[in-house]
Amino acid sequence: MKRRQFLGLLGAAGITATLGTTAQAAAGKTFEGHPDTKGVLFDATRCIGCRKCEAGCNKVNKLPAPAKPFEDLTVLEKDRRTDEKTYTIVNKYKGSKGPVFRKFQCNHCMEPACASVCFVRAFTKEPDGSVSYDASVCVGCRYCMVACPFNIPAYEYDDPLTPKVVKCTMCHPQISSGELTAPGCVSACPKEALTYGKRDELIDIARERIRKNPERYLKHIYGEKEMGGTSWMYISGEPFSSIGLREDLGTTSVPAMTSGPLSVVPMVAALWPAFLGGVWAINKRKEKVAEEEQKAAVKAAKAATQADADAKLAKAMDGAEKDKASAIEREVKRALEEAEAARKEAEAAENTDTPEDNDGKGA
Amino acid sequence: MSTENNKSLMTPANIITGIILLVGLIITVLRFTKGLGTVTNLDQNNPWGIWIGFDLLCGVALAAGGYTTSSACYIFGLKRYHSAVRPAILTAFLGYALVVFALHYDVGRPYRLVYPLFVQPGTTSLLFEVGLCVFLYVTVLAIEFSPAMFEWLGMKTLRNKIHKLTLALTVFGVVLSTLHQSSLGALYIAVPSKLHPLWYSPYLAILFFVSSIPAGLSMVIFEGTLAHKPFHHMMDKTHLDEHEGVILGFARGASIALAAYFCVKLVALAADNNWHYLATGWGAWYLVEVLGFVALPSLLYAIGSREKNIKLIKWTAALTVFGIILNRFNVSMVAFNYNLPADQRYFPSLMEIGISIFVVTLGVTIYRFIVSRMPIFFEHPEYKDAH
Repeated sequence: MKRRQFLGLLGAAGITATLGTTAQAAAGKTFEGHPDTKGVLFDATRCIGCRKCEAGCNKVNKLPAPAKPFEDLTVLEKDRRTDEKTYTIVNKYKGSKGPVFRKFQCNHCMEPACASVCFVRAFTKEPDGSVSYDASVCVGCRYCMVACPFNIPAYEYDDPLTPKVVKCTMCHPQISSGELTAPGCVSACPKEALTYGKRDELIDIARERIRKNPERYLKHIYGEKEMGGTSWMYISGEPFSSIGLREDLGTTSVPAMTSGPLSVVPMVAALWPAFLGGVWAINKRKEKVAEEEQKAAVKAAKAATQADADAKLAKAMDGAEKDKASAIEREVKRALEEAEAARKEAEAAENTDTPEDNDGKGA
Repeated sequence: MSTENNKSLMTPANIITGIILLVGLIITVLRFTKGLGTVTNLDQNNPWGIWIGFDLLCGVALAAGGYTTSSACYIFGLKRYHSAVRPAILTAFLGYALVVFALHYDVGRPYRLVYPLFVQPGTTSLLFEVGLCVFLYVTVLAIEFSPAMFEWLGMKTLRNKIHKLTLALTVFGVVLSTLHQSSLGALYIAVPSKLHPLWYSPYLAILFFVSSIPAGLSMVIFEGTLAHKPFHHMMDKTHLDEHEGVILGFARGASIALAAYFCVKLVALAADNNWHYLATGWGAWYLVEVLGFVALPSLLYAIGSREKNIKLIKWTAALTVFGIILNRFNVSMVAFNYNLPADQRYFPSLMEIGISIFVVTLGVTIYRFIVSRMPIFFEHPEYKDAH
């Protein structure tokens, strides 16, 4: 499996979710680097700050001539870093027993931050241990520079349209073509402060040196575990932080840090539509239910009003009926009474008439 | 319909706009002939400046009004915010389009911006995730915005077809926004050694996503306030009637969202046990951000919506927008590379600031052009039935 693919699997748990079988293949395995991967061991107790490594690097990589010649050691007074014309630099630090020098360049991480954060995969961890850069796809976003814990990648800020990221290649092109057998800096070192070899063996060599000279070295190989391990490692008699190597970086690699947030990505894509669709559907249903309830309520209210009206009408009708009946009764009664009264009157009149008549007749 | 056209173009606002655009064009020429080294203060230790910190991070956060407003209206069923949707979608669309535009200045080879999508995708990168989502979301926003344009152009059939996609587009927009808003924060999860512990957190993704909600809601209030006076004549009765309701409702939402954001901030602080940093100078600065620009606006929004104090709400919106910008600046610049000596720290050049102002001005100009012509603040008389 290619290093790059491994990083892909480790980092993008999200993407692997769609590639079930590959993800499972990776799940039960740990990748501890390509077999026989190479590296360089730097021994700060041997370095004399002669800048021969800088000159050697400049020569084999055909880099532009430096501002000050490599023989000029006054540049060591200033703290320097790699830039777009320099793959490696040596810095001078105050040690407890006089000056200490430390060479710096790309550390060729075992799980490179630059490679894992690059959105066009411009960086590759090669089987020989080097981290290579492919300018033909680089967009120039400079996230690699942001992510590198060692502040190594440099950028051609003065190139308006075709700027490249620049960093040490561990002489990968020259070594793989057979032009060189070891990186230019290593071959140029007159004090054997640099050792090129298989990483596993370099760790053995470092341990051996520390074990044999415990008074000369601190019991730590810088780069064995830092940021998930690096191919370029350091041993020193002075605390690493006093020779410009941060001791607070931890042992977690960048791909391990970012795999968590990446793994959430497909979950959001998978669950959000269901959640949001659900909320929408609930609201839609609520609206529908509310509408139906409203309709039902209106219907019920209408019915109730109707019934009420009917009842009222019925009552009114009933009342009217009764009124009518009583009116008729009343009328009948009155008519009867009137008739009775009329009859009585007529009778009375007859009675008075009769005596009159009687009187008149009788007279 | 457009009274602006009848007036003379030589208004003070137009003259200032013209000067800014001209200066911007000059810096643009410099950027693409002399390179980033001439125009910016970026260097080998500080590869990202305000073109990332402001144009990208703030641009995306403040354009969150698009997904918050459209989801409130179409998904959460708050239909009385309907008149706020079109202005919010337009702002979001312009915001994202300008983010993409501004990136052309920042990246070294802008003609390769599609490489991560179509040539060699680096799927392990959170920046790939950002790129993919921003690309898709700009497309979604363009489609969401297009009905306004088609109504203006009188293309009825096309407009009605797209109008039917509203719900699907809204859901897709929320998914994409959740992803890239959070991924912008997650970009910095890779750099625990460079970002100050008070701002670094494994929860950066959640912090950026949650804070984008009050950012978006506040931006809708803020922008509505700015647009209300100059474009009052373009607003129909519905828009004007709903205006106050939108402000009150969004204030309530933003208050709750800020409170939630404050809680996530607390959790992030506690999870890494960073309390002891609060007693340092960085801690004081952190407290200014969290108390002054998260807790305070949350409280002010609550008071404002309770007492229906529109003026207070509008000022609080400005405070919140400023607070979000402050947070993004802190993460990307102020607290980034905090361990470098002062002389190696980054401060933007005048030309960098010039381009950022140029980009914002460009956005405002296009916004003015569109709202004084297309049905943004009013409903097109022929399409009232669709709402």
